[in-house]
Amino acid sequence: MSVLTSLLAIFSQLSLLAFGGGNVVIPEMQRQVVEVHGWMGTAAFTSLFALAQAAPGPNLMICALIGWQVAGLPGALVSMAGIVAPASLLTAITVSVWDRFRAAPWRRAVQSGIVPVTVGLVGASASLIVAGADTDWALAAITAMVVVLSMTTKLHPLWMLGGGALLGALGLV
Amino acid sequence: MQVANPPPLPPPRPGIAALFAGFLGVGIIGFGGVLPLARRMVVEERRWMESAAFTDLLALCQFLPGGNVINLATAIGLRFRGVPGALACLLGLLAAPMAVSIALVSIYGRYQNVPAIRTLFMGLGAAAAGLILTLALRLARPLLATPVLAGLAVLSFAAIAILRLPLLPTMLVLAPVGVALSWRTRR
Repeated sequence: MSVLTSLLAIFSQLSLLAFGGGNVVIPEMQRQVVEVHGWMGTAAFTSLFALAQAAPGPNLMICALIGWQVAGLPGALVSMAGIVAPASLLTAITVSVWDRFRAAPWRRAVQSGIVPVTVGLVGASASLIVAGADTDWALAAITAMVVVLSMTTKLHPLWMLGGGALLGALGLV
Repeated sequence: MQVANPPPLPPPRPGIAALFAGFLGVGIIGFGGVLPLARRMVVEERRWMESAAFTDLLALCQFLPGGNVINLATAIGLRFRGVPGALACLLGLLAAPMAVSIALVSIYGRYQNVPAIRTLFMGLGAAAAGLILTLALRLARPLLATPVLAGLAVLSFAAIAILRLPLLPTMLVLAPVGVALSWRTRR
């Protein structure tokens, strides 16, 4: 299987598994990209995650970056198409029949039933990203500071990303 | 005789260019969370939809797999201008962020041997880790009240983060358990 085909296969599968949004599939993405295909190491994956967070736009932009690193512009486009197209197709199909089952009791059961699974998966994403990013105590302190700030203040996330980058650039990490 | 209020104007039906431009703006300024910006653009600034209709559509997009805002852009484009509209919204939403993040990654790739640049990105990564950790903590807090749901969350965490099991089989086992639990407790 060529690299582009593999990228397409990985991201279109993730597209349909991303119940609860993009952060849910980060661990599986890392497993595929780092462990199964060996395209990059954990540190590089963590850097791409951070870059995608610092850039504007949807958080699934990490898919384009992985594609870019693995296979240049064609890789970025194929990966983005892979993560977007299946879920968008499903949305397009569902939107036309939505009214019929919006009020159905099973719809609420399904929607609230997958919440705990989603929470666990976002937790798994967080633990992998934290383990990859916080390679010394100063970096762990930045992570902890961001958690405290965002739990206790309404400071915009971009300020915290900028603060972390600044502390890093000053050599304090 | 009372002066009658003029009848409310029918909601404008945006064209392809307007759909593209609207989501382009959201993509460009959408730092750290695009959803609130998308809502402001669609409901308040361009008035394509009423707030309730937007919330309803968002519920569908959050219910389905995939990026929530990406699904939303698809649904809104489709509603107003069919498949070309959906493509216009998606392109608008994704084009600029893709260019910016690829530019960032190229800068990182070229200068990562410069110590200050390398540590800058390490600091950035640590801060980004803090943001996703916050999200996980926020999502987990409401579950603490219901031990069985908290237990399911712990199981899904352990399967993926500790056992490193593949996502597809994990979801196929755990999602039906969650749905069954939620179905039982609602009766």
